[in-house]
Amino acid sequence: MARYLLLKHYRGAPTPEGFVPMDGWTPEEFDDHVQYMRDFAEKLRETGEFVGEQALAPEGRWVRFDGEGRPPVTDGPFAETKDLIAGYMVIDVDSEERAYELAAELSAAPGKDGRPIHEWLEVRPCLEATLPADA
Amino acid sequence: MGAAIDEASLRDLIPQVIAVLRRRGADFAAAEDAVQEALVKALEVWPADPPQDPRAWLVTVAWRRFLDAARSASARRARELRVGASEAPAEVSGHDDTLELYLRCAHPSLTPSSAVALTLRAVGGLTTRQIAEAYLVPEATMAQRISRAKRTVSEVSLDRRGALGTVLRVLYLVFNAGYSGDVDLSQEAIRLARRLHVVTGHPEAAGLLALMLLHHARRPARTRSDGTLVPLAEQDRSLWDTPLVAEGVAVLQAALARDRLGEYQAQAAIAALHCDARSTADTDWVQVVGWYDELVALTDSPVHRLNRAVAVGEADGGPAGLAALEPLDPRLPRYDAVAAYLHELAGDTDRAADLYAAAADRAASIPERDHLTRQSARLRSVT
Repeated sequence: MARYLLLKHYRGAPTPEGFVPMDGWTPEEFDDHVQYMRDFAEKLRETGEFVGEQALAPEGRWVRFDGEGRPPVTDGPFAETKDLIAGYMVIDVDSEERAYELAAELSAAPGKDGRPIHEWLEVRPCLEATLPADA
Repeated sequence: MGAAIDEASLRDLIPQVIAVLRRRGADFAAAEDAVQEALVKALEVWPADPPQDPRAWLVTVAWRRFLDAARSASARRARELRVGASEAPAEVSGHDDTLELYLRCAHPSLTPSSAVALTLRAVGGLTTRQIAEAYLVPEATMAQRISRAKRTVSEVSLDRRGALGTVLRVLYLVFNAGYSGDVDLSQEAIRLARRLHVVTGHPEAAGLLALMLLHHARRPARTRSDGTLVPLAEQDRSLWDTPLVAEGVAVLQAALARDRLGEYQAQAAIAALHCDARSTADTDWVQVVGWYDELVALTDSPVHRLNRAVAVGEADGGPAGLAALEPLDPRLPRYDAVAAYLHELAGDTDRAADLYAAAADRAASIPERDHLTRQSARLRSVT
């Protein structure tokens, strides 16, 4: 009944304890990690809670309007940008508790030595587009 | 849809057709699946080729689908098909069938979102796609949600008296989901509440129907054409749907006369007092507070206490409203918005402006957020 966005960050989230970057994993550990994410999305499809997901390339450009008749100005990418979104998943669940439960499950994806990575995920409620009928 | 039947009448037939298949021995989940397939087929072929007897058409097609599914399932399991013979058709009225369906689809073992989806499909006669569009989720997600819900309730036993409250809650959830996609869920909820009212004759079913009608009557005035919110005090009351108000009040009065007050009747009574007034200044706020007292006594709900504080503010002034707000938990949804309004009533515009801004950050919907942001800006631009 309520939609939530689960945000994965490349950068900007607190670093979990015992963090090992992906390039320190074996190929098998990496495959297991990816499979866990796939299984997770598949499970949500089966429970009827999946809305959508999208992975994002780490490098993007900043773009802005530069006046009438002028081409847009582009800048970046900025290597120093603190916050960098890696991708998102949108879920439709019955409660905030359920959203947290699922985020925690996603955060338990295996990494180095098959141990949960304890990655911090950002959970954001989606705003409804319309008012409730009794407002 | 062709000349033979409109889509709303088609939807009304769905629970009846499910009941026919059930009486012929199909279990709930299989019957519902088969009828949904027949419904999708009907929407496809009827516009070009409307049937003489829509109900008979649906029964024939659904029954054939059911038999096909049962045969292939039984072939898979190499088990004997026992359809119809073992379960003699019970002598039950159509009303009992319909109520049974409402109760099953709103069974307490379901989560609210599953109960809503199953109710819309089996009782409401909507297609999976329509429900998915209305709730902004992919069709496959909605199909899974419904099929899990059916597995959950296919064999449950039903408590006819105790569970009416869950049916009412589910219909009210549908009503409040509002409008997206090509189905107006508020109108859908009203249609289902009307039928439930006829089937049960329960005063709270009447209360819920009255409440929906009275809220719905104000809908044309509640938002501008661009979707922005118009607060009650500023609504153009000539836009309210007077026949709908009259119907809501009549349904409510008949229910109240039976002297079995419940939360929906009390809420409808409050809505009726608003509909009865020419302006917020003209509203009988003392009586509104009285009904909120009844409501809080019935439900002990903090959300109702919060709304009561607004009514107290209107009846006895901002400070009295703030005193009523005092004991409530500031984490309640809309607490900041109510506090802002009461501070404004009490003349503390600086504090009100800050609270409106805080309330905007906590709003659950875009129209509400924008409205609260504008309220904050309005107060700051005059101070």
